[in-house]
Amino acid sequence: MENKPPGEDVENVVAMPTVTDHKTSADPDWSALLTRLTEHKDKAVYVRLFRHFAPRVKAYLIRLGLVESVAEELMQETMLTVWRKAHLYNSQKAAASTWIFTLARNKSIDLMRKQKYPECDLEQWEEEPDDQHDPCEQRIIAERMNQAINTLPENQAQVIYMSFFEGRSHSDISSRLGIPLGSVKSRIRLASEKLKWMWREGV
Amino acid sequence: MNIKHHLDEATLVSYAAGAMSQAMALVTACHISMCPTCRERLAHSEAMGGILLESLSPADVSEDALQTLLDCIDEEPDLGAELLDCTHPNETESRTHTYDKGIPHALGDYIGGSLDNVEWKRIVPGVYFHDLPCKSERGGVSRLLRIAPGKAMLPHSHDGNELTLILQGSFSDEIGRFTVGDIADLDNEVEHQPLVDSDVDCICLIATDAPLKFSTLLGKIVQPMTGF
Repeated sequence: MENKPPGEDVENVVAMPTVTDHKTSADPDWSALLTRLTEHKDKAVYVRLFRHFAPRVKAYLIRLGLVESVAEELMQETMLTVWRKAHLYNSQKAAASTWIFTLARNKSIDLMRKQKYPECDLEQWEEEPDDQHDPCEQRIIAERMNQAINTLPENQAQVIYMSFFEGRSHSDISSRLGIPLGSVKSRIRLASEKLKWMWREGV
Repeated sequence: MNIKHHLDEATLVSYAAGAMSQAMALVTACHISMCPTCRERLAHSEAMGGILLESLSPADVSEDALQTLLDCIDEEPDLGAELLDCTHPNETESRTHTYDKGIPHALGDYIGGSLDNVEWKRIVPGVYFHDLPCKSERGGVSRLLRIAPGKAMLPHSHDGNELTLILQGSFSDEIGRFTVGDIADLDNEVEHQPLVDSDVDCICLIATDAPLKFSTLLGKIVQPMTGF
């Protein structure tokens, strides 16, 4: 690691914040709120969503390495997209936080790569049999997932954070941590499968 | 479509995180478009992103940001879904009709919607390729490969990950048989030599995040010429 530039050392990467639960029971159901925006473009509802999500979207963009002013601008673009595309939101497919995460993710990639992030075809989603769930289940999943992430072993949480918050590919993580590509993938696999199992079982 | 070979869990997480090279993301998105199973799995991986977003300590947002957005919204007409689709051609339903059946959008965007438009370059007799203009790190590429019946891809292994999505025809290799919609999601632990076993040319979309390592002399000669 000696030849890495300052700020690129592994220790910095390891120092991740643990996922803390900012939610309180008084928190509104954001997915239900966003659904209201789907049905009727209501600015009062939008303002509430903005106040909750805009600071988190900006924090995410800063974590990805964008400077403050660019993160601010991209956050505004993301939040404008929330308004413009609200009619495409489906609470049975994703929690509000998940949907807004994907919007911010795509914006950041479009900006950093000057290429559109390849997305899967939306209209095919519509053809699927609706095998899942009433709207509130997404919320329960989200709460379980939040608890589950905190129980991951350090080395598994680390590769998840490096993927989501630093946008690092498997091979990038592999050279960063000095571990084989196969180990990176198996840690991600273990973390992901554990999370999925936990939220299915509700433990 | 009866898809038997799916994406690795680690690949799905990387795609959901936005952590993949453009080339790898393209192939991943195309398989997900074709595969309901992996779409469902992706929804769970993306939920991880949603939870992580919620978990972040809120950053300070500039004081006039909300007002700026509200002003911006006021200037827009009250957009109904139909109107929005007209103003954002990227999402119009109408554009799907210009793409050939079975061509995922993410790929159609690069090849004008049809494999008929592709200008193939020959590597060796019966094996053709077409590079897609995807930027990628570490020498990885995204390209279409067309291989005639009975022909084989040169035996190779990888330094990194390799994704191969079948768009037409089929092939078999050490792992199994791959037909339309199947994806071979391999890493550096695998050496394989796909052999085309369909009556028609096999067309695949492949991406690597590092150059392939050919294990034969012919492969090593061909590699510099084709940029594989």
